[in-house]
Amino acid sequence: MSTLLAVNHLTMRFGGLTAIDDVSFAAKNEEITAIIGPNGAGKTTVFNCLTGFYKPTVGELLLHEGALTHRLERLEDFVVAQKARVARTFQNIRLFPAMSVLENLLVAQHNKLMLASGWTIKGLLGLHSYKKEETQAIELAKYWLDKTNLTKRANDNASDLPYGDQRRLEIARAMCTDPRMLCLDEPAAGMNPKESAELNSLLQFIQNEHKIGVLLIEHDMSVVMEISDHIIVLDYGRKIAEGSPEQVRNDPAVIRAYLGEDEDEELPPEVAADLQRETSHG
Amino acid sequence: MSVLNSEKLPPILKDSVITGLITLVLAVPIVGLPTINATEGLQIEPRWSVVIWMVSAVFLGRLVLNFWWHREQTSSSSTILLNTPFLQSLQQLLKFIIPIGVLFALILPTMPFASRYVMDVAILVITYIMLGWGLNIVVGLAGLLDLGYVAFYAIGAYSYALLANYFDWSFWICLPLAGVFAAISGILLGFPVLRLRGDYLAIVTLGFGEIIRVILLNWYEFTGGPDGISGIPRPSFFGLEFKRSSEGTFSSFFGLDYSSMHRIIFLYYLILALALLTNFITLRLRKLPVGRAWEALREDEIACRSLGINPTNTKLTAFAIGATFGGLAGSFFATRQGFISPESFTFIESAVILAIVVLGGMGSQIGVVLASVVLIGGTELFRELEEYRMLAFGALMVGIMVWKPRGLLAHREPTIRIKTEGSS
Repeated sequence: MSTLLAVNHLTMRFGGLTAIDDVSFAAKNEEITAIIGPNGAGKTTVFNCLTGFYKPTVGELLLHEGALTHRLERLEDFVVAQKARVARTFQNIRLFPAMSVLENLLVAQHNKLMLASGWTIKGLLGLHSYKKEETQAIELAKYWLDKTNLTKRANDNASDLPYGDQRRLEIARAMCTDPRMLCLDEPAAGMNPKESAELNSLLQFIQNEHKIGVLLIEHDMSVVMEISDHIIVLDYGRKIAEGSPEQVRNDPAVIRAYLGEDEDEELPPEVAADLQRETSHG
Repeated sequence: MSVLNSEKLPPILKDSVITGLITLVLAVPIVGLPTINATEGLQIEPRWSVVIWMVSAVFLGRLVLNFWWHREQTSSSSTILLNTPFLQSLQQLLKFIIPIGVLFALILPTMPFASRYVMDVAILVITYIMLGWGLNIVVGLAGLLDLGYVAFYAIGAYSYALLANYFDWSFWICLPLAGVFAAISGILLGFPVLRLRGDYLAIVTLGFGEIIRVILLNWYEFTGGPDGISGIPRPSFFGLEFKRSSEGTFSSFFGLDYSSMHRIIFLYYLILALALLTNFITLRLRKLPVGRAWEALREDEIACRSLGINPTNTKLTAFAIGATFGGLAGSFFATRQGFISPESFTFIESAVILAIVVLGGMGSQIGVVLASVVLIGGTELFRELEEYRMLAFGALMVGIMVWKPRGLLAHREPTIRIKTEGSS
């Protein structure tokens, strides 16, 4: 599998606070790469740097597209989505609440439709070429509505959907931009086990059928351990471990980061057993 | 009201008595003891009967209100159940109201009651409807709070007045030019405020509106300053003027007797056509990607950026298109009045237009019509109240905001629907 994203020496400082300290990793095409770590480890900051919302203090972010390489740290946020085709979702869901589910998915196809509408002029005149393109856009929206199980709610306002549906709608909206890399910020937050399982199959479907790279921030280990091909662990802005789910699960540095430094340098047996059960269970 | 728990009666009575007592305390010095000018100086002439009337009116009023508030709870829940079908039938009704309204607007000048006064008010109301629709693009759809919209109205009006005075160009050439100038100024305003949102944007646009007015006021050589511009040419009907003359005028061409109403009716249809054009284009834009992007921008700008929408372009188009309609309305205003001065473009105009958009329900086209009729037509109705007119205006606005905090018609219909199985 070819490398899709290469993050080299990424550092992000906010005044005196170093949120990310010299983090390097790579994410491959057609793989799910998870970024995990305790709260405040800098996971979302990595995402914000990748999608252009923050300008990194130091470091380069390379997105490979065949022979072409996009330097994400130099692009403005909307250009990242437009040209490099990196789509993202947000930790606190950011839908267009007063617009219908279908409209949310059509807004995601804005650039394509804008071109087809001749920057509004053709569309204003009601030309056929625009109508055709719009029909195709609706078909794409219908496809993702079907995949995310939201077809029945297509005409309802996004704000009227239950929480789990809103999360899935955000993923569907990101996918409607036809991304090369999908960044998901805690997609399973607030979901029950059944919904998490559905999310797993949705993400695997995206990985297998659409052949794109998925970058995932998640706390829910049942999601992370099951579907990730590669896991990167951050703590206090530094990368402390990296590898397959199996490797990460047994890494002492990871266990320490999650459970805190023990005075005896050893985990109490019942906690270790719990952790073992928890992680292998997922 | 008949079903009332007996234990609720004492607190109700107590509350009403206290209200009555407060009224008594206030009314005795304020109403009860008026001073009159007598020959031997200022004297007090008590009017106890008025005080008694007031106190008993307040007491009884409070009693009735209390009974109303303490009705059985069941009745209030049943009204909620009634509400949904009621709202749905209202939606049904609206579908008929729009064509009927347009038809009524079209045949209004032929109505027997269409006097000069009625037509003037109708023209005024439709001008505000058009301005409301124009501002609705900026505020209602794109969610950019613009307190200086009157600036574009002024730019449109002065564009026409100056072009007509300096170059003697006809109204029909100046009208699109006024729109273009307003659009350019909209973009000029748009650039510095791109990063601003909400309150900050409102302050800057407020400043922009004032800047335009102050320039018009002080650039005496060019705009005539506070003297304004007079003798602005009236529009012609395809080259036929509305004058009392036997050659080349509207009345002579059609073999009609000259009447000053011809021009009024022509102006009425002109503004009606401009307003309907505004509405048509807005409704069309709403269903296009640019319109959806405006609404998306209003809902969540960060999400828009994450989807690759260029917020700069999107905001600038909203400003430019909104300003264009303001400019067109302004140029109509100039040709109708024949005289313009900076006095006509004060902040209160921006406030009224914004009030129309907000009271009508942000983003709602019919809401703007309703609010214009109520606010502009209403203030005309209350003209006989003289100084209390603004009081009625204010009370009306407060009332609408209390009972309909999201505007008269806050319902938003999706721009596109697809058939979904198992849903209505």
